[in-house]
Amino acid sequence: MNSLTLALIGAAMVLAGYALYSKFLAEKIYALDDSRPTPAVMLDDGVDYVPTNKYVLWGHHFTSVAGAAPIVGPAVAVIWGWLPAFLWVTIGTVFFAGMHDLGALWASIRNRGQSIGALSGRYIGARGRNLFLVVIFLVLLMVNAAFSVVISNLLVGTPTAVIPTWGALLVALAIGQAIYRLKWSLPLVSVVGVVALYGLILLGDNVPLALPETVLGLPDRSVWIILLFLYAGVASMLPVWMLLQPRDYINGLQLFIALGILYGSVLIARPEVVAPAYNTNLPEGTPSLVPLLFVTIACGAISGFHGMVSSGTSSKQLAKEGDARFVGYFGAVGEGLLALGSIIATTAGFATLAQWEDTYQAFNDGGVNAFVQGGGRIVEAGLGLPQSLAATIIATTAILFAATTMDTGVRLKRFVIQEIGQIAGVNLNRMLATVIAVGVGLALTFGAGADGSGGMRIWPLFGTTNQLLAALTLSIVTIMLLRRGRSPLPTLIPLVFLGAMTIYALLVQLGTFWEQRDWLLLVLDIVILISALWVIVEAFIAMKSARAYPGDDDQELALEMEAVAAGSAPRRGGSSTGQGHPQEGTPPPAP
Amino acid sequence: MSQPPQPRNRLAEVVAGLREFYAGPYRQTFARAQQDEDDLFLVIVLAEALGVPNPASYYTVELLPVVYDQFHDWHRRMGMDRSPLDHFSCC
Repeated sequence: MNSLTLALIGAAMVLAGYALYSKFLAEKIYALDDSRPTPAVMLDDGVDYVPTNKYVLWGHHFTSVAGAAPIVGPAVAVIWGWLPAFLWVTIGTVFFAGMHDLGALWASIRNRGQSIGALSGRYIGARGRNLFLVVIFLVLLMVNAAFSVVISNLLVGTPTAVIPTWGALLVALAIGQAIYRLKWSLPLVSVVGVVALYGLILLGDNVPLALPETVLGLPDRSVWIILLFLYAGVASMLPVWMLLQPRDYINGLQLFIALGILYGSVLIARPEVVAPAYNTNLPEGTPSLVPLLFVTIACGAISGFHGMVSSGTSSKQLAKEGDARFVGYFGAVGEGLLALGSIIATTAGFATLAQWEDTYQAFNDGGVNAFVQGGGRIVEAGLGLPQSLAATIIATTAILFAATTMDTGVRLKRFVIQEIGQIAGVNLNRMLATVIAVGVGLALTFGAGADGSGGMRIWPLFGTTNQLLAALTLSIVTIMLLRRGRSPLPTLIPLVFLGAMTIYALLVQLGTFWEQRDWLLLVLDIVILISALWVIVEAFIAMKSARAYPGDDDQELALEMEAVAAGSAPRRGGSSTGQGHPQEGTPPPAP
Repeated sequence: MSQPPQPRNRLAEVVAGLREFYAGPYRQTFARAQQDEDDLFLVIVLAEALGVPNPASYYTVELLPVVYDQFHDWHRRMGMDRSPLDHFSCC
């Protein structure tokens, strides 16, 4: 199979999904209606609720949901062969991810832009909401631990990426100053920022940096992990304009450039896929394809995190209901294309099957390093760049995504810890809460040993937790459809499949952790398992009652909106800063 | 028939889109920071009214009418339906 054929078939499948299936969903299932005012229009406060151009909003949505996960998941999952990963990414994007992200947006805009957490309280009950809090805390914890390991492996494996990775921080700091202090125009800053970033990549390619193998008795990977957590802690405490905002912006631009480079190279070089379609020569210790494939590739097929972004921020900015199809479904298509790029890089980027098998010697061995190696070779062949430069570009891209997610993750975890402190009657200041957030992440990463392997071993648990979040979102959307008397099948079938695979995977892992006597992961697994069963029972009860007593949610909403229009909600200009809206919180991170 | 957009307008649209892409995700964070600053300013201006001796009250008293609307928003935001100050009844 040629990689270009694979790319074209994959792209055609997801684009056909957008053209046909999303149209069906938008018209028949979710019944999007442009004449119905969206929360952004009704509650416009210039802060959270702002009607936004759909292309800009798609850019926000896509860069928020696209992180390291759509790269890492497929790069690990191709160990079973390229075909299972390809099928799950394409079919998953069309029938699972697009439907889920669009559904989360729809559920939120029909409920005054409320987030999935708030909606779970409304449709599944207070216990559903508590469950949501447990799951979200676990997801944040795992994201930080796993991504620190991903980045440290990349820094050790690609020493040429060290300068651009840390130099990107200086570029972001300079951009923040240029915009806010020197008042440079944004287009100029963007060009200068991107040129500076690529200048650093060139510099890094010529000056590789590596730590000594052991520093103070710790292996180099562990030192990078500690440094990354320290960075994330400091970054999360700095004012956002200084570092996080310009950094996210440059990363967003870099995401589009890198995707263009990768697909452009596939188009020119057309390398052959050397990996087998279905790998019968699996390394020892590789878990079974069913169910692990469906939790290993989360982002890129279906991810609960997307529902949080959709309902948390994107839903408050939709100018028209019809835009939800483009923003929600096409956002998932973008993520699917990123995952497809990862599959192509890790299966077609190797010269021979032997070389590929050499990289994939054990489950989790391939991962993002295989993406960097393979992607680097494709870019080298396509654009004629030197191999090490191509690998540096791909490695820097992957690191920047993961690092952005890490610092935002620590920031969000700090908020959660401060809130828990408030509930417990302890006033935790910013510094102390950050220290706790970083400490818990480090403890989990080093829980399995001084080499930080605990961070990566929990990756399959991240998958199951994330899928649990998706199941929660899908059950809310299903209940809403039942209450309107519409067919729930487009959401119910994926929900049943996802629920079954998640529980199956949790049970398989439970056995593994028991055999390994890994108590920390065992306890986490049990917590997630109980939560998953809890979701199923609660959702089943709620669905039964929704089916028995269908009511028109939209009518309830119309009454609420009338009350809002009568003056009890904030409007633009009414309050200088627009307080009082139901949903607050910083934009969520992008796994 | 609608006119095709002029190049200048299109460029302006691109710049506006770029700006929105830069600022959008952090709009709320900045609004909150701005509010904190406004609240601090309000407290300084109202220091005398709150019973805190303020050496700059000669200057800040002039600003009382300016913060009048803000004060109303502030006490509503803090969960007080009516003004907490007897001699400063905005509602």
